[in-house]
Amino acid sequence: MRLNYPANIKIIRVPCTGKVDVMHLLRAIQKGADGVYVVGCIEGTCHYNEGNLRAKERVNYVRMRLEEIGIEGDRVRMYNLSSGEGPTFAAYAKEMTENIRNLGPNPLKKARKAEQDRSD
Amino acid sequence: MAERGEPKSGSRLEKILRAGHFAFTGELGPPRGANAEAVKKKAAHLKGNVDSVNITDNQTAVVRMASWAACIFLLQEGLEPNFQMVCRDRNRLAMQSDILGAYAHGIRNILCLSGDHPKFGDQPNAKGVFDIDSMQLINLVKFMRDEKKFPSGTELDEPPRMFIGAASNPFAEPYEWRVQRLAKKIQAGADFVQTQCIYNMDRFREFMKKAVDMGLHEKCYILAGVTPMKSVGMAQYMAKSVPGMDVPESVINRLRGAGKGKASEEGIKFAIEQIQEFKEMEGVAGVHLMAIEWEHMVPEIAERAGVLPRPELS
Amino acid sequence: MIVAKRKPIEEIKKMLKGYKKVLNVGCGTCVAVCLAGGEKEVEVLNAQLDMARRLEEDPIEMGAFTCERQCDREYLGTLDEKVKQYEAILSMACGAGVQFIAERYPDKPVFPAVDTTFIGVNQGVGWYEERCRSCSSCVLGLTGGICPVTMCAKGLFNGPCGGTNKGMCEVSKDQPCAWHMIYERLKQQGRLDCIKELQPMTEWQNQVPRTVIQPGYRKPEKETEQQKA
Ligand code: SF4
Repeated sequence: MRLNYPANIKIIRVPCTGKVDVMHLLRAIQKGADGVYVVGCIEGTCHYNEGNLRAKERVNYVRMRLEEIGIEGDRVRMYNLSSGEGPTFAAYAKEMTENIRNLGPNPLKKARKAEQDRSD
Repeated sequence: MAERGEPKSGSRLEKILRAGHFAFTGELGPPRGANAEAVKKKAAHLKGNVDSVNITDNQTAVVRMASWAACIFLLQEGLEPNFQMVCRDRNRLAMQSDILGAYAHGIRNILCLSGDHPKFGDQPNAKGVFDIDSMQLINLVKFMRDEKKFPSGTELDEPPRMFIGAASNPFAEPYEWRVQRLAKKIQAGADFVQTQCIYNMDRFREFMKKAVDMGLHEKCYILAGVTPMKSVGMAQYMAKSVPGMDVPESVINRLRGAGKGKASEEGIKFAIEQIQEFKEMEGVAGVHLMAIEWEHMVPEIAERAGVLPRPELS
Repeated sequence: MIVAKRKPIEEIKKMLKGYKKVLNVGCGTCVAVCLAGGEKEVEVLNAQLDMARRLEEDPIEMGAFTCERQCDREYLGTLDEKVKQYEAILSMACGAGVQFIAERYPDKPVFPAVDTTFIGVNQGVGWYEERCRSCSSCVLGLTGGICPVTMCAKGLFNGPCGGTNKGMCEVSKDQPCAWHMIYERLKQQGRLDCIKELQPMTEWQNQVPRTVIQPGYRKPEKETEQQKA
């Protein structure tokens, strides 16, 4: 089954969301991504017991660290679904894209632009 | 009553107790300001009705006029003060100098307390000193008085001959240990003890029985703490929010049962019944009446409890 | 171990105001275990500072280095060369580590990134509790292994006070009364005699900076020379 999901999303596969480190998420924003989200298995079904729960904690941690410096925490989210739920995956992708559209571009891009303008 | 040796201080309170009279002491909280009149006004209600007046020391960690300073006003007004000293606000050096200063001014009774934690006051992040604890403070005063020395061993030229008091709370856990703790305070040097306000009479009777069995009443004068309840609200607040306070449901119900506007009279009645029972209770040498912000009721309570007139001393 | 909390980002930003090139030095021992100032926390803080300063259009270059132990000279040697390339140092170690770094590089401004909080135990991931105030006169042998200096809100040596509330401390319904616990434990062990005797006034040992030289060791004579070498 082929599903359509927004083309502006770049997917990075990991064996388990438990592998996702806070720095992966933080770096994505630091390097200019407008948002980043983690899609893990339904809570309670993690093959490694609590990989997805760890991921959720890390997502929350990153949201908090971003809020601290004035970047919207909601640019980072966690979603859960079970394998074979293609349509849900696509729905979440749309929801996240919608969310980011509302938030606008990563504020760091604006700052970088201003800097470049100045040095020109 | 067993032999108690020479008088320690010659305070009125000590003389009353030594003579075997049932002591009756009061309490006064200094004002939140430099208002001398406020102290004198409260003192006037107590004069002639009590043997000695406890002057609280920044009670509940709220700053008030210094206890020793208010004590001096009492002396000037012809009342005998009982200088309360807490371990929260001074280190051992300040304690020693305050004890010397207080004695030099004619203060003869001291009540040694740990003090409520600063957290209870309106400056909750003040550093609690607690250089020494109440047990060690009792022992420090005794050492200065009896050994005529500072803790360093240096001689004192005029020792502070204080009548040393301590507090006891029969109602805080672990109950079994509370009598032991009283014994420890006596071992440390307490001459008299004033208890926490009593509402649970059963528990207090039990406590006194143990104290008497251990002979503590022969080594130290035990004064039972009484605070008349002003209202059902006050009783509920004390039951719920004051640590270490034991207010049985039956007491609250009794106040409530008195009906609208009559709770305070019922509270006074209960206090009077208590005082009458304490007069007969083995080992109880007197009552300490803490009529908090109700000093003007003390004459009436004293009268109705039959503790007036206070004995004249030569 | 020593437990610390990271300072609020605003406070760190304020200290680093005006600096363009700062080395963030983490510590791989206590503060790493308590998730306050190890390698990972250095990375996160650097990323935050980088982004925060870019947002303010005043970029900063943050360097990272985490040594095994900031309180031990043996691990600081590799830092010397690196430090030269920076205007200032941010240290994520405990207060001892921060001071040791400041002492080693007296010409560099050194700033603390954490608030050193206590000596404590690990109760669970991310959950620590204070247990020791390093008073230098341990009485745990008399008090059933429960420290009255640390665990009693008033540091009483002859407790419990009259504020004990159903086994809890008068300061909080969530904080067990230390003396209640001491009593229960000694009772269980049949050792209540330990607290029957008056514990005399403590001769406080922690009023001046303390030095320990273990038996059989001594302070090198030309300490400062050695330090420089
Ligand atoms: S209630 Fe217990 S822990 Fe709290 S101050 Fe009193 S003795 Fe210490």
